[in-house]
Parts: sequence; C-alpha cells; structure tokens
Amino acid sequence: MKHRDARRLSLILLFTPFALWIALLIILPHIGMGVLSLREKVGPRQYEFGFGNYIEFAMEPIYWNTLLRTGWMSLFVTAITLVIGFPIAYYIAKIAGRRSRGALFLLCLVPLWVSDLIRAYGWILLLRETGIISGLLQWAGLASQPVEMLYNDAAVIVGLVYTVMLFMIVPLTSTLDGMDDAMIEAGYNLGGSRLTVLRRIIIPYAMPGIVSGCIIVFMLTAGSYLTPILLGGKNSSWFTETIYDQFITRYNWESGAAFGFLLLAFTSIVVWLGLRLSGQSLATTMARD
Amino acid sequence: MRVNTAYMIGYRLYLAAFFIFLVAPLFAAGMFAFNDSMFPSLPWKGFTFDWFFNDTEPKLGMFHDKRLLRGLYYSFVIACWVSVLSVTVGTCNAFLFVRSRLPFKNVFYIMMIVPLVIPGVILGISILVLASTIANGLDDAYDIDLGFLRPGLLLVVLGQFSFITTISSLVITARLRKFDASMEEAAFNLGASRLRVLLTVTLPYLRPAMIAAGIVAFLVSFENFNTTLFLVGSESPLTITMFDRMAKVGSTPVLNAVSLFLMVASGLLALVSVLVQRDKSTG
Repeated sequence: MKHRDARRLSLILLFTPFALWIALLIILPHIGMGVLSLREKVGPRQYEFGFGNYIEFAMEPIYWNTLLRTGWMSLFVTAITLVIGFPIAYYIAKIAGRRSRGALFLLCLVPLWVSDLIRAYGWILLLRETGIISGLLQWAGLASQPVEMLYNDAAVIVGLVYTVMLFMIVPLTSTLDGMDDAMIEAGYNLGGSRLTVLRRIIIPYAMPGIVSGCIIVFMLTAGSYLTPILLGGKNSSWFTETIYDQFITRYNWESGAAFGFLLLAFTSIVVWLGLRLSGQSLATTMARD
Repeated sequence: MRVNTAYMIGYRLYLAAFFIFLVAPLFAAGMFAFNDSMFPSLPWKGFTFDWFFNDTEPKLGMFHDKRLLRGLYYSFVIACWVSVLSVTVGTCNAFLFVRSRLPFKNVFYIMMIVPLVIPGVILGISILVLASTIANGLDDAYDIDLGFLRPGLLLVVLGQFSFITTISSLVITARLRKFDASMEEAAFNLGASRLRVLLTVTLPYLRPAMIAAGIVAFLVSFENFNTTLFLVGSESPLTITMFDRMAKVGSTPVLNAVSLFLMVASGLLALVSVLVQRDKSTG
C-alpha cells in the first residue's frame, strides 16, 4: 500500500513540471491568442466578439496572397532541400567508410552551431553587388560590371535551403543508417537497375526519415523571419513579416493574433496532409529513438 | 555493389560542391573580420585585428563596443537560465515518459513534441499576448503593475524555454531508454535507498545526456531570434543588437568579428558536447 502511495506521489511530482510547462507556456497562450483574434475593435478601448479580423484577412488579397506565397515557397524549399540532401545522406550512411562517416556527418552539422543571423549575413556578403561572387565573376571576366544577386526570391530560396538543410540530412541519415545493405544488394542481384533499386527499395525504406525531415523543414521555412527579411526584396514579403507588422509596427494585436492563428492552421494542415498521404504519424516520425 | 568509376567521381564532386556550399557563407562572414577596411566587402585592404581590439571610433573593435558587449552579456544570462531550466524539466520528463505509469502517455508525449513544430514567431506572440493580458487585467482591476510580465528578460527566458525543453527532453529520454534496469536492481539488492540509487546510479548514467542537452539548449537559446524578437524589452540580447545594426546602420566588419567569435565559441561548445557523449557511450 505504502509503495503505491510513493509511486503516485512520484508520478505527481514528475508530472507537475511537464503540466506547468505545457499548460502555461503552450496551451494557455494559444487560447489567449485565439480569444484575442476573435475580438473586433469597435472604438477606443471597446471591443466586440466577432470574426472581423479573419474577414479582414479574407477581403484583402495582399494578405492571403502573402500567405499562399509563403506556403508555395516553403513547399518548394522543402522539395529542393530533399533533392539536394538525399544523395548526401545516402553517401554518409551507405557509401562513406566508417571513419569518414562521422567526420562528414559532423561537417553537415556545422551550420547548426551558427546563428541564423550569421548565416544570412554570410549570404549577404556573398551575393550582394559588392560581394564575393560578383567580384569573382568580374575577376574571371564573366561579368563586366558588379552583379546584384541579393533582394530577390532566388536569394531567399538559397538562404532558406541553406538554413534548413541539416534538418533534412539528420533524419535521412539516421533512417538510411538502419537499412541493411543486403536489401540493396538483393535488388541489384535480381537485376534491378540503379533507378529501380532507388525507387522500389531505398526510398520506401527511408520514408519515415523523408517525412520527418520534410515536416521539420517545412515548418521552419514557413515560420522563418530573418532570412526572407534580410535576403528578400521589397516584393518578397513573408507572412511572418505581416504578423510582425501588425503586432509591432501597427500595434494591431487583434489582427496580428488572427494572422498568427492562420499561419499555425495553415502549416498544421499541410503537415497533417503530408502525414496522411505518406501514412506516417507524428510520434513515429519525430522521435523514433 | 557494382561501382562505376565515372559515377563515383561525379558523386564525389557533388559532395565536394555541397560542402563548399555549406562552408562558403560562414567563410565569408569570418574572413572580413580581418579586413582592414570600413566595409565588409572586397577589395581586400590588408590584415588587421582592429575589429576585435581597437578602442577608438570609427574602427571600434568588438571587445570595446559597449552595446555589443552588453548584448553578449544578456545573451549569456538568458542562455544559462534557459539551459538550467530546460535540462531540469527535461530530466523530469524523461523519467515521466520512460518510467512512470502515466495514463494517456502517448497523448502527452505528442504534446511534448508539439512545441518544436510551432513556428517560433507564433510562440513569441502567444506568450506576449498572454503575459500582457494578465498584466493589463491586473493593472485595470487592482492597480497592480507586474513589471516582469512586460517584455523583458523573464519573458525571453520563458519563450525560449517553451520549445527548447522539447529538445532537451528528447535527448535525455533517448538516453534513459537505453538504461539497463538491472543496474538499479543490483543497487537495491545491495540495500541502497531509492534516493541513493537515483543519485549514485541513474543520474550519473544520464549525466552525459544532460550535459549535451544543456549545451544544445545554451546554443539554441544564444542563437534564437524569432521567438526573442517579440518578447524582448530594453535588455537586447546579442542577436537582436546585431540585427538592428545590420538592418539600420549598415554594417562594418565589427559584425564579422562578432560572427567569427560566436562561430569559434559555439564550435568549441559543440565539440565538448560531442566528446562528452562519445566518452560515456563506449565506457
């Protein structure tokens, strides 16, 4: 009897920090934000309950265009990251020798230890008119005058792919690492071409890693703020910038909260669709170890 | 596996190109820290340490720049708090999810992961909204002004803690799952008390994971921008100070000096965390 009481006490003691954390810092703030987003300002310090902030979003093409653009570009970045990262992960997990494997993997992690801000700053120094790439092009005689490569969508995409790359490579490598080489061998022995083996054996096996990598990359991209603002031009506004504007510049918290909710809903729906289409679940993809 | 030479050469070239892509912006950011020029761009005007150590305007080095140093200090304070808090809660979570008989464990486990997939900007504004609502409510109703609920250090720590705890929990949980329960049983059989077993067997086993989680938490906190941006008061951490300078003033190579300093420091910390984990997993 006493033993059971002790168990229960320790359960409560362990559960308390978890409950406080999730309730006070995740659930309650989001409820608060939801309530705030449903308040309409009808006069100074006067509010009414209603969907006005969401209607405002729907009526103003510039807002939902920005959200859609953010969504499309995030999907695009996710796809590019997967295509670029998969061969790298495959090399690290399957081709590299045992000793170079660890070194290559660590090398991939290098950007993780550097702040987003410094990474974006590095790209600015590379891409801008007086930057290194422009200088190299002129030195090599490929350009006769300084070339501006910054402040456009391509620069934003390059910067974002760079920022999120390792979040794709890490889950891919760890999934591929668990794959038995004999499976690939068997595929070749049965007469499969390289492409067939990739399509029928390797990719299906790596699916949990692909899905978890894509989810993290998509969420990080859609929620990113620094890279689009620093590398993008005047026309390449990101939805997080719109939220920031509403909150800080215009001090319109009600519609800012509504926009925040829309971003959250939008990204959650995309992630849910991705999980559905690939037949995975959040728990299995995010925390397999 | 059949190895085709041309194919392998192509593959290796791709790999090399990829690593150049990874290193190039970091190299660019670090290199100009030593350029003896007012602008972080070509042409190269010669090597200098001025951007670190010079003490006069206009070439004020980072170790004499009061605002940057203050930012560094606030970042450090915030990161220490965040890593201590998140490792503590993360360790509790590990025991909660690996050891306890918690009902609806899977549901709670998913709730624990969720903060990691919420965009940082949203975490920032939701916490800002809640804290301000409470502060305004108390102010209106009882005339109590709770300054700590206004944007400032506490909110920044809480905002970062809210998602970094997920990371530390995952790291420590993974280690606890690999724990061999017979080690604890042996200690119990030898007559050790519950507390003693925890302190002398289980926690030492978890220590590498706790240290690694603490270092990761420290670094993620130090680098965080999105969540911090909304919660910051007058005490700006380094990333915010640097961003302001980058966006408004137009940068001088002092930002490159700070960048290089941060890269080297976080590289060293990362190395420590790798060594700590490797050391124990073999021994």
